[in-house]
Amino acid sequence: MAEPLIRMANIRKSYGRVQALVDANFHVNEKEIVGLLGDNGAGKSTLIKVLSGAVPLTSGDIFVRGKKVNFRSTSDAIAEGIETIYQDSALVTQLSIARNLFLGREPIKPPRFLNRMDQEAMNAVARDLLRQVGITKNIPPTTPIGSLSGGERQAVAIARAMHFDSDLIILDEPTNNLGVAETQGVLSFVRSARDSGHSCIFIAHNIHHVFQVVDRIVVMRRGKVVADDIDPKKTTVAEVERVITGMSDKEIRDAISDGRDSHG
Amino acid sequence: MENRSFVQRLIARPEFGPLVLLVVELAVFWGINPDFLSPQNISNILAFTVELGLIALAMTLLMTSGEFDLSVGSLFGFSPVLMWTLYNSGVTSLEVGLLIALIVAALIGLVNGWFVTQLKIPSFLVTLGMLLVVRGTALFITDGFPQRTWSAEGSWLANILVGDFYVGPFRIYASLFWFIGAAIVLGYVLTQSRTGNWIQAAGGNPNAARARGVNVNRVKVGLFVLSAVMASLAGVISSLRTSAANPNSGTGYELEVIAMVVIGGTALTGGRGTIIGTVLGILILRVMRNGIVLIGVPGLAYNIFIGAIILGMMALHSWLERRHQAGT
Repeated sequence: MAEPLIRMANIRKSYGRVQALVDANFHVNEKEIVGLLGDNGAGKSTLIKVLSGAVPLTSGDIFVRGKKVNFRSTSDAIAEGIETIYQDSALVTQLSIARNLFLGREPIKPPRFLNRMDQEAMNAVARDLLRQVGITKNIPPTTPIGSLSGGERQAVAIARAMHFDSDLIILDEPTNNLGVAETQGVLSFVRSARDSGHSCIFIAHNIHHVFQVVDRIVVMRRGKVVADDIDPKKTTVAEVERVITGMSDKEIRDAISDGRDSHG
Repeated sequence: MENRSFVQRLIARPEFGPLVLLVVELAVFWGINPDFLSPQNISNILAFTVELGLIALAMTLLMTSGEFDLSVGSLFGFSPVLMWTLYNSGVTSLEVGLLIALIVAALIGLVNGWFVTQLKIPSFLVTLGMLLVVRGTALFITDGFPQRTWSAEGSWLANILVGDFYVGPFRIYASLFWFIGAAIVLGYVLTQSRTGNWIQAAGGNPNAARARGVNVNRVKVGLFVLSAVMASLAGVISSLRTSAANPNSGTGYELEVIAMVVIGGTALTGGRGTIIGTVLGILILRVMRNGIVLIGVPGLAYNIFIGAIILGMMALHSWLERRHQAGT
């Protein structure tokens, strides 16, 4: 089988005595949307932070297309084509859409020593990209991010990752706090990213959102990957919930009634 | 959004409030005392305006990046004292003395920036400490006495920095051109250059900027250095113009400069800044200081007006900000 786009092998991460990741194994194939699920504290965030270069791993290896990499910062990961979109921290609300898209990589107008941004070029690209991710509303690229809705902000972040040819776009809870229509919008941005050749990792609490868009589901529990090949077309939400909690139907029912007893 | 009228767009700009205030101020003072717009008085206003103005311009960029500098007033006093002490004691020429004063200021800015970015101490505390260190040093090396400054007359340095000439009835100091030049360059940096985008991002959302590979710490340290050097230059200019180098001069300037910047519409919390607004803010406060004396209000009442202006403008900016956030 061909080498996957990303392979993480035997990843360990401990914070002092707390083991956040225990020999986690994880991979993402080319042009694939992977749904990463797990309860709070299961290790999803830590795994993503390791992969995006935000925190160093304690031990284990990361391979990008079979090549071993060593991420010391988020810029290292970005250089390898891995882009992480956090819900709130991705964009600068005071800056315009175009300026956010090109932040850190602003095109310069000659002569270079004047260090002048090519704002026309930035606006033109921004206009194109907004259309590409499916924003049909007429939003000028000079609009500050602060006046966009949550879904539009996600779209800008996704558009940015697509424009800079990220191979892997990691979306951390992209549908939190969004309305129904906005959520559908974000899900369609994710699909259009895949259709144009990008892979995605999609993390969401709402399993229904994950089911709608991913090709494969990976479940983590207590720092380990406990299932990594769940096909959303061949299973049910209830089934996946059981894998996430690690409990049988009866155990779940008991846990709920225990809770009731102790409150009663 | 694109089809809003010119007037609507003008009103939505953060500089609009300060502009209106300045026009009202000018009209009121002129109405009460026509001498207010006399060439002599305008020359007076401009002379001192540019010295505080230079500091305010640099402070605008620093505040846009989310930091501020309380040590500028003490540097304003310290740098000329250092320059004149070196010169009077025969150690260096005046020019080399100035160069050393600027380098020392740059190092002080570097230390400020290092404490803020590397030790993660809020700039309020770092620069408050630095204010005391620098002011204390100025007082200590002079025993609290002003330095001799008489021999600057006619030196080319004094001519370049504060040489004066008459344009019609107006007495213009060369420092005015330094101020205009600095305003144009820094305005360009903030709005047109790539560095300006980084400065705004550093103040608006430093984590997002870092995630995009922007070196936020370097941007901030650079701006602390700029702020210190501008304060030092402003102090030297003021000292050459007035032929005085008092270790106590510049006391309280830090707050007046910050007031000028926020009145102009730059956010104290960072992320948004405007050089045009700062120029208006500088003029608003200087015109107020000059005007209330000319119309016969006791000078001691000055602070009442300044305080009221700050409160009023902050209320206006916050109202505009909320409207803006609401997308109207």
